[in-house]
Amino acid sequence: MADDTTTAPEATEEEPVETDEAREQLLASFTEALGDSLVDSHILPGKDLWVRVSTEAWGEAAEVARDRLRARYFCFLSAIDWMPSPFGRSMDSEVDRIVSGDAAQAAEAAAMEQGVAGGETRFQVFARVAHVGEPGNFWGVTLKADVPEDTLAVPTWTKVYAGADWHEREAWEMFGISFTGHPGLRHIYLPGDFEGNPLRKDFPLLSRMVKPWPGIVDVEQFPDEGDDAEGEGSADSEGDAS
Amino acid sequence: MTAVTDRQKLQYIAAKAADSRVNVELETEGMTLNIGPQHPATHGTLRIVARLDGEQVVSAEPIAGYMHRGKEKLCEVRTYPQINTLINRIDWLGSFANEVPFILAAEQLMGIEAPPRAQWIRTMFFEMSRISNLILFLGDMGVQLGAVTPAFYAFRDREFVLNQIERVTGGRFHPNFDRIGGLKDDLPKGWIVDTKAVMERVRDFCDEIEELFMNAEIFSARTRGIGVIPADVAMQYGLSGANARASGIDWDLRRDAPSGLVHPELDWKVWTHPDGDSFARFWVRLQEVREASKMVDQICDGLPSGPIMAKVPRIIKVPAGEAWVSTENPLGEMGYYIVSKGDLTPFRLKIRSASFNNVSITPWLLRGVYVPDIITILASLYFILGDIDR
Repeated sequence: MADDTTTAPEATEEEPVETDEAREQLLASFTEALGDSLVDSHILPGKDLWVRVSTEAWGEAAEVARDRLRARYFCFLSAIDWMPSPFGRSMDSEVDRIVSGDAAQAAEAAAMEQGVAGGETRFQVFARVAHVGEPGNFWGVTLKADVPEDTLAVPTWTKVYAGADWHEREAWEMFGISFTGHPGLRHIYLPGDFEGNPLRKDFPLLSRMVKPWPGIVDVEQFPDEGDDAEGEGSADSEGDAS
Repeated sequence: MTAVTDRQKLQYIAAKAADSRVNVELETEGMTLNIGPQHPATHGTLRIVARLDGEQVVSAEPIAGYMHRGKEKLCEVRTYPQINTLINRIDWLGSFANEVPFILAAEQLMGIEAPPRAQWIRTMFFEMSRISNLILFLGDMGVQLGAVTPAFYAFRDREFVLNQIERVTGGRFHPNFDRIGGLKDDLPKGWIVDTKAVMERVRDFCDEIEELFMNAEIFSARTRGIGVIPADVAMQYGLSGANARASGIDWDLRRDAPSGLVHPELDWKVWTHPDGDSFARFWVRLQEVREASKMVDQICDGLPSGPIMAKVPRIIKVPAGEAWVSTENPLGEMGYYIVSKGDLTPFRLKIRSASFNNVSITPWLLRGVYVPDIITILASLYFILGDIDR
C-alpha cells in the first residue's frame, strides 16, 4: 500500500503510471523557459508538481513562474536541512539511545538522502507559488534549489514576490542561509543576540537533551494484536532496521 | 504703566509665537509610536513600531516573535498523533481547522482515505470552527472602532457553537478530534437537532451584526477606502482567504482544490468584493459566516451513515515522501509540507500559516495612513498571534 507516493528522484515524466496533462504541460513550459537550469522534476498525478532548478537560476525561476506562467500568488518559502539528525529522534527507544552515545558516528552512518526531485547539497531552499483567481484553473508548483555548501547563499525572491521578505528572514535565522539582494536580513522570531540556527539538524533541542521523551512507549504494539495491524511489522524490528 | 504692560504683552505674544515655531519644527522631526506588544488591537503580542510625521505614518514595522514556540522544531521529535495536539494551538480560535490539512497530508502520504461519514463530519467541524472564529472577528471589529455592543453579541453567540463542539470532542478550544484515517468518535444522540438550532442562531447573529454595522455612518466613514489592497499586491504578498477575496480575487480552496473534504457536494457560494478596503474584508467575512452556517445545515441533513474510521495501522509510520496539502481555513490558506523518511516522526514539517503572510503586508499597507486607521487596518486584516508566531 501507499506506493502512489514514489520518492525515487529519477522517476519523472518518462514513465507515467497515471497521466496528468495539465501538469505535464506546465512542466513543459518550465523546461522551455529555463532550459538547462531545470535540473529535475517530479509529478504526482492529480496532486502536485515539483521542479528543481540550479542555484543560479533560483531568482530567474521566480520570474518565469510569475511572468510567463502567471503564478502570481506567493505561498511560502523555506528550507530543508537534509542531514540526518545526529541526535536521533530524542525518544526513549533503541534507535534513539545514540543521544547519549557518540553522536557524530551515528550521523556518519546514516547517509544523507534528498527527497522529491533530488538534490546534492545539505541545504535546499523550496518555495511554493500558485496561479489563483481563475475559477476552475487553479494550480500550484513547488520549486526547489540546492544551496551551495561554501557560500550558503541563494538569490533573493523579494524583487519578484514582495511577500518573500519575511519568509527569507525566517529561513535566514532558522537555517543560516543568506539571500543575496535581500533588503534587510535580520531576526524575525528570535531575539537579536540569539546564537545558532534552530532548525538545523545539528542544533540540539535542549529539553530533549535533558530528558528523552517517553513517547515511543505509547506506540508499542498490544500483545494480542498479532497480524491485525495491516502492512506493519512489530515496532522493534522496524526500529532496528532504520 | 500701560506702556510697560503693552510691551510685556508684545513680548509675551512674541515668545508664544517663537514657541509655536519651535513646536512646528519639532513636529516635523517626527516621532516613533510603539504599539504593543501588549495592546488590545493586536489580539496578542504583536508589536508595531510606527514612525510618525504628525498624524501620518511614515513607516511601520511589525515585530513578531514574542510568542514564537518553535513548533517546526518540536514537530520533528514528535509522532504524528502527538503533533496533532501541538498544531491545535496555532490558530486557537478555529483549532479543528488546523488539524485538517495536516491529517490530510499524512493520509495522502500513507495512501489512506477516511470513510465518507468521517469526511462529512470533518467538513462540518471545519465549518463550525470557521463560524466560531469569524463570529469573534465580527464582534471584535466593532470594539476596535469604539463600539462595544457587537462584542457582547459575539461572545454570547459563539458560546453556543463552542458548546456544540464541546459536546462531541470534549474540548472547547482545542478539540484534538481528527485522526489519521477518520475521527476519534461519532456524534452523540440529539446533537444534530441542537446544531441546526444553533445555526439558526448564528444566522440571526449575522442579521443583527449587519443591522448594527451596515447602517452605521461612523463604521462606513472609518472603514470605507481605508487600507485598500489591490488584487495584484495581495497576491504578491500571499494574502489568502477573506483578505484576498475582499480584493476581488475569486479564489477559494474549498471550491478550487477540495482535497478530502465534501465542499463540492454542498450548495454554497464564494463571495468576493471588488473594493479591497477594510469594509470589504468585514463584509466578506460576514457573508462567509452565513455560508458556513448553511453548509453545516446541509451536512446535518445529508450525513451518510457508516464507519468513522478507516483501517489504520496502530503504529503510524508515514512512508517516505513529501506532501503538501492546504485548506481554506478561517484565516486563509493553511498548509503543511511534510517531509517523511518513513519514520514515526516527520523529518521536516513546514507549517504555512495564513496570518504570517497576511501581516507581512503591513509595512506596505500602513505607509501614509493616519494613526487611528492603523487599528482599523490591523483589525480588518484579522490575524491570530499563534498563527503568525507558530
